Amino acid sequence: MGEQNCTFVGTKEQEQKLLEVIEKHKDTKGALIPVLHEAQEIYGYLPLEVQKIVSEGLDVSLTEIYGVITFYTQFSLNPKGKYKIGVCLGTACYVKGAGPIIDKVKEKLGINVDECSEDGLFSLEATRCIGACGLAPVMTINDDVYGKLETEDVEGILEKYMK
Amino acid sequence: MDFARSHVLVCSGTGCASSNSEKIITEFEQQLKKYEIEKEIKVIRTGCFGLCALGPIIVVYPEGAFYSEVKVEDIKDIVEEHLLKGRIVKRLLYQETIADEDTIKSLNEVDFYKKQLRVALRNCGVINPENIEEYIAFDGYKALGNVLTEMTPEQVIDIIKKSGLRGRGGGGFPSGLKWEFTAKAKGDQKYVACNADEGDPGAFMDRSVLEGDPHSVIEAMAIAGYAVGANQGYIYIRAEYPIAVKRLELAIKEAKEYGLLGDHIFGTDFCFDLEIRLGAGAFVCGEETALMTSIEGYRGEPRPRPPFPAVKGLWAKPTLLNNVETYANIPVIILKGAEWFAGIGTEKSKGTKVFALGGKIENTGLVEIPMGTTLREIVEEIGGGIPNGKKFKAAQTGGPSGGCIPAELIDTPIDYDSLMEIGSMMGSGGLIVMDEDTCMVDIAKFFLEFTVDESCGKCSPCRIGTKRMLEILEKITNGNGTMKDIENLETLCNNVKAAALCGLGQTAPNPILSTLRYFKDEYIAHVQEKKCPAGVCKSLLAYTIDAGLCKGCGICAKQCPVDAISGERKKPYIIDTDSCVKCGICMEKCPFKAIFKNY
Repeated sequence: MGEQNCTFVGTKEQEQKLLEVIEKHKDTKGALIPVLHEAQEIYGYLPLEVQKIVSEGLDVSLTEIYGVITFYTQFSLNPKGKYKIGVCLGTACYVKGAGPIIDKVKEKLGINVDECSEDGLFSLEATRCIGACGLAPVMTINDDVYGKLETEDVEGILEKYMK
Repeated sequence: MDFARSHVLVCSGTGCASSNSEKIITEFEQQLKKYEIEKEIKVIRTGCFGLCALGPIIVVYPEGAFYSEVKVEDIKDIVEEHLLKGRIVKRLLYQETIADEDTIKSLNEVDFYKKQLRVALRNCGVINPENIEEYIAFDGYKALGNVLTEMTPEQVIDIIKKSGLRGRGGGGFPSGLKWEFTAKAKGDQKYVACNADEGDPGAFMDRSVLEGDPHSVIEAMAIAGYAVGANQGYIYIRAEYPIAVKRLELAIKEAKEYGLLGDHIFGTDFCFDLEIRLGAGAFVCGEETALMTSIEGYRGEPRPRPPFPAVKGLWAKPTLLNNVETYANIPVIILKGAEWFAGIGTEKSKGTKVFALGGKIENTGLVEIPMGTTLREIVEEIGGGIPNGKKFKAAQTGGPSGGCIPAELIDTPIDYDSLMEIGSMMGSGGLIVMDEDTCMVDIAKFFLEFTVDESCGKCSPCRIGTKRMLEILEKITNGNGTMKDIENLETLCNNVKAAALCGLGQTAPNPILSTLRYFKDEYIAHVQEKKCPAGVCKSLLAYTIDAGLCKGCGICAKQCPVDAISGERKKPYIIDTDSCVKCGICMEKCPFKAIFKNY
């Protein structure tokens, strides 16, 4: 969230896909959020240029779209890393020591929550409960789930993705 | 139809899927092919068995062998020994199910399941959620058929009212009344909505229902549509639950193909359609008015009530909104009758409640108990007690809106009113167990960090009040608090509770109020003695080296990330407390256990 901090590069194919999405949802009530979800899937994030296409396509003002994007944590104005790390800070994970885990990730990568490493490889999020409380504390990297973590495990896991 | 001599049920809920159950299914298929028994043995993906701590879980019928913590490499053994030779692989069995040398107990005799009663979860871990025929075989859509062909909407509402079912989302409002209000509201267009925006961190009941038995919710929503006069339904579900979303999409598609959703269901005049709407990560959208604003495509901010959704809901039309677990109870109430349901539970809280049991407990997982079961039964019997011989300190229910139940009240029966009386709440079903190593001030701070983050900012008591409360808690946990701060905190809590616009703000002070009520001594210890009795709050800790035990090996000094430890070889080392960041590495690494955490 916050300000957009990089230049936008989008392809014609992406734009074509987005226009199709808009066309598909155009007549549904409350289409904005479903369209934004799909737009983010296409581009990976929602820069101003994408917002403008959505605004024209759905005839919703740009301010309203910006308002919606910044309200919901799942929508992002900035690109995410190639590997999206999520450390669950739900209650079950917190009680079982998710705090030290996220500290370790921050220390190892030198980034804070909601930041992306300089090489664009990793971004870090403190996620809400992903519902794998039986495995607490839990960390996800893209679609991989690592459970029953100890702080010592963090380094080895991250190194797997650095190659 | 092919008959299989054995059924292998593999849990594919989020918990087990996270520990490789999908790979296990593939491995099973390959092994069965290798021995050419793929026609005799059927491998079925099911929903959650409940015992998530021991996942992935596999149950093989007809024996009922309950395998836990199974690894991909173990599948070969199960196929070669159990499925080919009929010898159960003992080393992989859930230990509790072993009766003696040669027999295994049925699951109903195991401590974890003995006191449970599965009503909302009746099909979870039993049927394949991705196959509508399995749901139908378990009386699925029979209730909808009965309702549409034999009952009037009034009769349906009457059954729900008589059953005594109350909202399972946390508030506990009588569901039948809600249905009646919506049915009686005037409007040409009405809607039915399902709240599947399970935001309480540490709760996963609704997700498990949707992953394990999505059709029960779809059927219930169609029944509700008939009862209140709606032809369109919306399910608002968290985008963080990809498996549940996928199964729900598939289930809706199948139901449409079978003519159980859409036009003229069961050949009647009743038409009903369903749409899924994804949330986008905002806790406040679990609040009913915010949820509806979000479905409409706006920022999910709540609005004042009245008017209630039953009168003015989605697009200002009368809307019935229930949560997933509430709906999951509906078909079975219709089939078995209101009296049957009302016969379970206590006088004012009927039926069962599903809890997501987590935190410092042996059997982390999903449990469903009759209302009125005591917390002791849940923690000690079903939950298997606290790990590592630690002492039970408190249980937290209701998440960021709830409170804690201290050890001295462990015999409290779990029902809406008993929990309310002791300053907690039923909540949606998160139940986090805490032991002596949990600091209650820190837990209050944890929840306040959550609400500050999730406050939508519309009303100032919540936006500013929660922030101020968090600041005071930070002051206290940093060792800078005064007795006046505790007093101010309490006043502030009561003011926010009275003045906030929606449920999120009104309940945000609960974690503080309830810890103040039962653990005030801990707050006072932080303030007056500058100590954290549980040893959690870092600012109040100090690590020291015992000069008598230290052999002067220097390992601690080498490991210290901030060079706070100094000394000479073979002489006792010293920690400089000012530069120490209290990471605890030195204590972990000391081979002579000469370093202590003082609090």
